[in-house]
Amino acid sequence: MATASPATTATPPPQAPGQVPWIVQLYGTALGKKYAMAISGILGLGYIVAHMVGNLKMYFGAESIDGYSEWLREGLLYPILPHTVMLWILRLGLIAALVVHVHAAYALTVMNRRARPTGYQSERHYVAADFASRTMRWTGVIVLLFIAFHLADLTWGVEAVNPAWEEGAAYANLVASLSRPPVAAFYLLANLALGLHIYHGIWSLFQTLGWNNRRFNSYRRSLAIGVTVVVIGGNLSFPIAVLTGVVG
Amino acid sequence: MNLTLQVWRQAGPDVPGSFATYEATDISADASFLEMLDLVNERLVLDGDEPIEFSHDCREGICGSCGVMINGVPHGPQRGTATCQLHMRTFADGDEIVIEPWRASGFPIVKDLVVDRSPFDEIIQAGGYVTVDTGQAQDANLTQIPKETADLAMDAAACIGCGACVAACPNGAAQLFTSAKLAHLNLLPQGDAERYERTESMVGVMESYFGSCTNMGECETACPKEISIDFIAMMNKDYVKAKFRNRRSA
Amino acid sequence: MSVLDPKVPLDDDGNEVAIQTMWEDHKFDMDLVNPANKRKFSVIVVGTGLAGASAAATMGELGYDVDAFTFHDSPRRAHSIAAQGGINAAKNYRGDGDSIFRLFYDTVKGGDFRSREANVYRLAQVSNDIIDQAAAQGVPFAREYGGMLANRSFGGAQVSRTFYARGQTGQQLLLGAYQALERQVAAGKVRTHTHKEMLDIVVVDGRARGIICRDLITGEITRHEANAVVLATGGYSNAFYLSTNAMACNATAIWRAHRRGAFFANACYTQIHPTAIPASDEFQSKLTLMSESLRNDGRIWVPTEVGDDRAPSDIPEDERDYYLERKYPSFGNLVPRDVASRNAKIVVDEGRGVGPLKNGVYLDFADAIERLGFDVVWDRYSNLFEMYERITGEDPTKRPMRIFPAPHYTMGGLWVDYHLMTTVDGLFAIGECNFSDHGANRLGASALMQGLADGYFVLPYTIGNFLADKLNEGEVGLDHDAFAAAEEVVTARTKKLLAIDGSRTVDHFHRELGKILWDYCGMARNEDGLVKALGEIPALREEFWADVKVPGSGATLNSSLEKAGRVADFLELGELMVRDALDRNESAGGHFREESQTDEGEAKRDDENYSYVSAWAWQGQGEAQELHKEPLAFRYVPPSQRSYK
Repeated sequence: MATASPATTATPPPQAPGQVPWIVQLYGTALGKKYAMAISGILGLGYIVAHMVGNLKMYFGAESIDGYSEWLREGLLYPILPHTVMLWILRLGLIAALVVHVHAAYALTVMNRRARPTGYQSERHYVAADFASRTMRWTGVIVLLFIAFHLADLTWGVEAVNPAWEEGAAYANLVASLSRPPVAAFYLLANLALGLHIYHGIWSLFQTLGWNNRRFNSYRRSLAIGVTVVVIGGNLSFPIAVLTGVVG
Repeated sequence: MNLTLQVWRQAGPDVPGSFATYEATDISADASFLEMLDLVNERLVLDGDEPIEFSHDCREGICGSCGVMINGVPHGPQRGTATCQLHMRTFADGDEIVIEPWRASGFPIVKDLVVDRSPFDEIIQAGGYVTVDTGQAQDANLTQIPKETADLAMDAAACIGCGACVAACPNGAAQLFTSAKLAHLNLLPQGDAERYERTESMVGVMESYFGSCTNMGECETACPKEISIDFIAMMNKDYVKAKFRNRRSA
Repeated sequence: MSVLDPKVPLDDDGNEVAIQTMWEDHKFDMDLVNPANKRKFSVIVVGTGLAGASAAATMGELGYDVDAFTFHDSPRRAHSIAAQGGINAAKNYRGDGDSIFRLFYDTVKGGDFRSREANVYRLAQVSNDIIDQAAAQGVPFAREYGGMLANRSFGGAQVSRTFYARGQTGQQLLLGAYQALERQVAAGKVRTHTHKEMLDIVVVDGRARGIICRDLITGEITRHEANAVVLATGGYSNAFYLSTNAMACNATAIWRAHRRGAFFANACYTQIHPTAIPASDEFQSKLTLMSESLRNDGRIWVPTEVGDDRAPSDIPEDERDYYLERKYPSFGNLVPRDVASRNAKIVVDEGRGVGPLKNGVYLDFADAIERLGFDVVWDRYSNLFEMYERITGEDPTKRPMRIFPAPHYTMGGLWVDYHLMTTVDGLFAIGECNFSDHGANRLGASALMQGLADGYFVLPYTIGNFLADKLNEGEVGLDHDAFAAAEEVVTARTKKLLAIDGSRTVDHFHRELGKILWDYCGMARNEDGLVKALGEIPALREEFWADVKVPGSGATLNSSLEKAGRVADFLELGELMVRDALDRNESAGGHFREESQTDEGEAKRDDENYSYVSAWAWQGQGEAQELHKEPLAFRYVPPSQRSYK
C-alpha cells in the first residue's frame, strides 16, 4: 500500500527567489529582524556598560577622564592601527547596530499594527506584560532622541546646544552641560527610559536568540535587574553629582 | 447571583459592532460561564431576539472552540482555564462583565463573539505533521524515546488551538501556537528529519498572518494549557539554524 | 432469508473461512484500483474526528480525490479530542499473555455477545498497526524511563494493553490524524470544507452519489457529488440532552442516511458511564466525565437512611452503605461500568442520593489517603481532583466526590457489512456512527481503537473494492433531479423551522426529550415505561413542529437553527431507540430490561431469542420502522453469562 502512494512531501517553496545571501533573507523575516535586534542590542548594551564604566573616571578628577577620552581617540590599538581608526571602527559599528535596531523595530511595529488593525474596544487587563515590555517603543524613541542630543551636546559641541563646549575638555564640558538643570533633567529621564529599555531587552534577548535552558532560565530576570541597576545607577549618579557639587 | 453583561454584538464580518448591555439574573454560582450565556440566550430567544453567538463545543476545555475576552483577559480571570471551564463562583454578585471577541487580523470576526481561526490550519498545512503514509510505520517500540523527551513533547502537544495566545499578545503574534506545534514534532525523533524545513515553512505562514513577538509573556498566562514560552525560544533558535541550513534551496 | 448480507468472507462451500486469516485473505481477494486510476474517483467524507480524518488522510495518500466535511471551524475540534483514558492494542509489550485473540475475546465478551465476530477479530488484528502508525506520526505516547512505550490496565481487562498520552489520548490521536489530513490538504489531495453541515444524502438509482450541505456561516445550501460517500459523524448520546458528548454532537447525518434507506442497528445500546459529575441545576448544559481510574482507590457509598441531610463527615461509619462492596464482594468498587451505573441509579431512586439535588453518590478517598498517604493519592489523581474542584468548587481530598452516571457512548448506529458499507450502495459508515464492533457494551479504551481501525486500515481497502468496477461510470451531475429534490427537502425544512415562530426554545424540547429517554430508556428499561415513551415522544415531536421558536434568518450564522434541525432528528431517533429497546426483551450490556434479570437482580441475556442484530428500515414519515434481523453466531467465543459477585 505504501509503495503505491505518490510522493506528497510538501516542501515549502523558496521564500525569496534569486541569489540573495541567506543573512539578508533572514533579515527579511520577522524572526530574522528580532534576531538582528537582539544582536544589535547586545552591541549597544556593551557600549552602554563601557560608557558608564568609563565615565566613572569623572570621580577621579578632570585629568583622569580627560586622559581617558584622549586615550580613546589616540591610543586605542595604537600603534597597530593609526590614531582614531579604532575609535571610528567602533563608532561605525555602533551606528550600524543602531540603524539596524531602529529599522527592525520600526518594521516590526508596522507589522504588529497590521496584525491588529482594530484594537480591543474594552479595557485590556494585562497579566504578564509589564510596563517595561509594553513601552519599549516609547523608551526607545526617548533614548534615540537623547542620543542625538547627547552627541550634539558633548561629542560635536554644537554651538546651539552647548555654547561652552571645548575640544578635548571632556570633564569641563560634562560639568558645564549637566550644571544646567533642564539638561540634567532630560539626562535623568532618558536614563530611566534606557533602564526600562535594557531591563526588558536583556531578559528578552535570551528568548529571541533561543538561549534557553530550564536550569538557568530563572537567572535571566535577576541578570536583567542586576545589569540595569548597575548601569543606570552609575549613569544617574553623574548629573546628581554635578548638581550637588560633588563633582565640579 | 445577578450580573450585568456588556457583550460585543456584531451582525457580520463587514458591519460595525458595538457593546450591548444585558442583565443576567438568577445565575447559579455553580453554572459555568457558558451556561450563564446559554441562559441569557434562552431568555433572548423567548423575547424574540437573536441569541449571542459564541463558539463552544466540548465544554471540557479540550476542543479549543471556546474563548472570549472576559474583562480584558482571554478566557477570563482564572489561570489555566478555558472559558468553558470557568465557573460563575469566580465572580461576585453584582459584577459587571465585559465580553469581547478575540481581535487580530488573522482572526476576523464572523458574528458577535465568533472569529475565524482558519490561519491556524494553514500553519499546520505548512509542515505541522510528520510525512508518513498509513502503513509505512515500523513497530512502535523500535524507536525509543527518553521519558523526559516524550513528556516535554507532550507539554507542547497539549495546545488546543484556541487562539488565546494571539488574543492576549499586544502584538497579535501567534508565536506560542506555532512554537508549541513545532516543539511537539521537532523534539521527537519521528519529527527530526523534517525539523528545519518544517520550522522555516510554518514560521513563514505564521508571519504572513500574525504579528511579531516582543517577549512579554502575556500569551503564556492566557494559555488554558499553560504552555511555556520556552518553546518560543526553541523555535527562534531552530529558525535561524533552518535559514542557514536551507540557504541553498533559496 | 433476510435482505441483510453481512458479506463476511465465505469459502467455496459457503462456510465462513477461518477468522485468523480471514482479513488477510480477503484483502487479497478484493479488487484493487490501479494507482493511476485512483485520482479519477472522488470520495466524500463527512466528519473529521478520528475515523473521518484518518480515512480522508489515508485515501488522500492513496491518491483518491477526497472532500472532507466538518461543521466545526477546524477538523481538529471533533469530539474524539475529549477522550481521556487511552487506546487498546494487542501488542503484548508487557509479556502478560495478551494476544490478538485475547483482545478479540475480551471485546466480544465485553460486548455481551451481541457483535459480529468477524469484524471484531479484524479490529483486534489492526489494533497493533494503529499504535505503530500513531507513534510514527509523532503522537507523544507515555514512555517508560528506558524509552519504551508505557501501558496501563483499563476497564477490568486482565492484561495491561492500554496506550495513553497523559489524560489526553484522544486529543493526541486526533491531532495525529488531523495533521495527516492537513498534509494531504497541502498536497492538494484532500479539500476540507469547514462550517459545512451535511443535511441530506443524495441517492441516485439506489447509489449514494452525493450530499447536501448548509454552510453554517452564510446559510448557503450546496450540492456535492462523489463516487462514494463515507459518514464518520459520531454517536447520538446527546439524544439524552445531558451527556458527556460535546454540545454539537448529533445524529442528523446518520438519521438523514437512515431516512434515505440505510438501516439503523441496535439503537437501544447506549453506554452510561458511572463516574460523571452530577448535574448541579436544571440549566446544566452537559456532564463532565471523571476518569474511571478513580474507582481504583475511591470507595462508593450513600447514607443508609433515606433523606439523611448531614454533611458526609458527620455520617458515622455504621450509617454508611458501601453498596457495591456489600453486593459484589469480589469486585467491589471495580465492577463493570453498566453494573456500577445501575446500582447508583437504584440507590438514588430510593431517595438516598447525596448533594443538593440528591442526584449523586459519594466517591470517597478518605480511606485511600489514610492508607497510602496524601501525597500518593494526590500524585495519582491530582489532575482529576483539580478538574473536579474547578467545576464543583469542592476539594475532593476533604469532602468525598459526588458522582453519577451519564450517557457517553452509543454502540448502536448505522448497520454496516464487513466492508463497512450500509444498506445503501456506496454509502459507508465508520467510527462511532456505525454499529459494528462493540456489541451491546463497549470496553474502555476501545472507541479510539475502532475509529482509527476503520479509518486507517479497513475502509481504505474496502472502498477500493467497491470502486474498482466503476471506473467509467461518469458523473450524474449536480443538476440531476435527485440533487434538486434533496436540496428542496433541506430548504423546505429550514424554512419551516424558521416559520413556526412558536413559544418555546429548541433547548426546551431537547430537555423534555432527554427526560423521557433518561427515565424510560436509560439505565433500566421496562415494557410499561417504553410503551409510555412510545406515546410521549411523537406527541412531543408534534408539539415541537407546532410551537418551537427559532429566531433569526437562515442566511447567517444561526445556532438556534442548527440546534433545531438536530433536535428534530433526535425526536425521531429517540422513538427508534425506544422501539428497539421494547423489541429486545432481554438484558444485554448497556441495555437492561427489568423483565430479564436473575434472582439477584443481575442482567440476564436471552441467547435463544435475541442473538441477533436489530436493523431497522425506514418506512416513511409517521410509520414504524420495519425490523430486520442479522443472526449472530459465535464460533470462537462461546457465549457465557457475566458474573461479578
